Amino acid sequence: MDLKELVTYKLKEKFPEVEFDITDYKEQLAVTFGKKNIVNVASFLKDDPDLQFKLCEDVTAIDWARRKNRFTVVYHIFSLKLNSRIRLKSDVDESDLSVDSVAFVWKTADWHERETYDMYGIIFNNHPDFRRMYMPEEFEYYPLRKDFPLMGIPGSLPLPKKDE
Amino acid sequence: MEKITSREEVPTKILQALLNQETDITIEDALENEMILNMGPQHPATHGVLRLLLRLDGETVMACVPELGYLHRGYEKMAENMSYYEFIPHTDRLDYLAPMANNVAWVMAVEKLAGIEVPPRAQYIRMMVSELARIASHLLAVGALTMDVGALTVFLWTLREREKILDIWDILCGARFTNSYTRIGGLANDAQPEALAKIKWFIEQFEENMDECERLINTNRIFVERLDSVGVISAEDAIQIGFTGPNLRGSGVEFDLRRATPYMFYNEMDFKIPVYKEGDCLARYFVRCDETRESIKIIRQILDKMPQGEIIANNPKRVLPKKAEIYSKMEELIHDFMIVNFGISPPVGEVYSAVENPKGELGFYLVSKGEGNPWKCKIRSPSMVNLQALPMLVKGHMISDVVAIIGSLDPVMGEADK
Repeated sequence: MDLKELVTYKLKEKFPEVEFDITDYKEQLAVTFGKKNIVNVASFLKDDPDLQFKLCEDVTAIDWARRKNRFTVVYHIFSLKLNSRIRLKSDVDESDLSVDSVAFVWKTADWHERETYDMYGIIFNNHPDFRRMYMPEEFEYYPLRKDFPLMGIPGSLPLPKKDE
Repeated sequence: MEKITSREEVPTKILQALLNQETDITIEDALENEMILNMGPQHPATHGVLRLLLRLDGETVMACVPELGYLHRGYEKMAENMSYYEFIPHTDRLDYLAPMANNVAWVMAVEKLAGIEVPPRAQYIRMMVSELARIASHLLAVGALTMDVGALTVFLWTLREREKILDIWDILCGARFTNSYTRIGGLANDAQPEALAKIKWFIEQFEENMDECERLINTNRIFVERLDSVGVISAEDAIQIGFTGPNLRGSGVEFDLRRATPYMFYNEMDFKIPVYKEGDCLARYFVRCDETRESIKIIRQILDKMPQGEIIANNPKRVLPKKAEIYSKMEELIHDFMIVNFGISPPVGEVYSAVENPKGELGFYLVSKGEGNPWKCKIRSPSMVNLQALPMLVKGHMISDVVAIIGSLDPVMGEADK
């Protein structure tokens, strides 16, 4: 059984009510589903003895600018048992930017989710330490969104206050 | 502590995060008045502009919060606004201790996205320079770690070896430090015979010199005691926190992308993956030392097996033509104009391509909409993920151990901050 069949079979068996869209592009498997189930699916993929996707490599988002569901949250996870990687994708609409955090499933997702929030403004519920990652705290914009200009916004990074 | 929170210039959220951190450590003769120490961003032992906030009881670290972003240049945003070719020099500035390896990682991701086949000779040379980059990076890591714990001579000796690699790069591509040696579809230029001769000379004398460096320090009691059982992380925790590369192998997990998902010709190479079970700073140090020797083994095999032939793919729509041909042939001039002005336009799709870099897994996640620029480029940098373990590792140790632990994790802030 190759990876696509195995993952499809396992997910369909465990979550019969969830719609999965499983695609294969350039030998890379991508699983798309609704954002409500992200924690359940993530913990299942991590703990299932046949899959064991224990290493979360990356969490990020894509800004599609003009699409209906403006953002997509993307997770790359790796299984040391199967030596293969899959990609989980979940659409997020601009009207409700919250996604449940997977930082309790994979500890490493903590900083990745903070970075995604910092760059795209996606809110991760139940995150243990939700702050900006790179930009200063008082920064009001999300730099990797497509409507943020490459040049930056003048005055958006205030200089430190002078000592009295 | 209240005094600090009331001061305006200290960003309160970081401080809150530090105060909120639960500490389950108990120390004998606790002073019961905690102090907050700010370490960095301008601190020589943090290997760049890493800032740490430490909550101390006496000299013992109760909690730690790292603060990143002092070198954030927004490379992901810049990548979205330039063509795939233009981003190659920027990858030099990610992990600036092993720029060659980053060049290779980037072009491999783009080639995967655009479906470009690379000639075997180019791939062999790419493997060779990535292994040289691994040695160069580990030499600096080993030297800097020993210098951080107080042994200065090793640093000078390992840097002497590193200098030889930089000289080889100088012959190969004309630059010692920011190489930009690879091109999409191949390499900027072929490896010259004098470069190959110099590499041969280098690998002949390297192992002896490395033994010499190690003999200086490996049996030094002060050095060993500073690192032994300091910053211990178990295999389970290491995977949970997302460790890759030498740090993960120092915790007893035999995971190396060169073996797990072989790319280029690594599956034809015979090499061992050094693994140490202890998971402390000393284990991570030994993994790096051993990996340099394995890299030498790989380079020796590459030099034996390297075929003759082209070093750039024949794919006129996607690969820049040679300069001499642009000036003499119409077809090539048109292709050059199109590629330079409109980019290589890979088909619509997305790829994640990861390679084993000296620091760990460097991944590029590229999304193309069929345009000349990537629609999205995410850099999965190993240094950033490895640094995430810092609060866990330093808990309960002394301030001076913090320096040793940072040195053993071997972060590069250019990569961690992107």
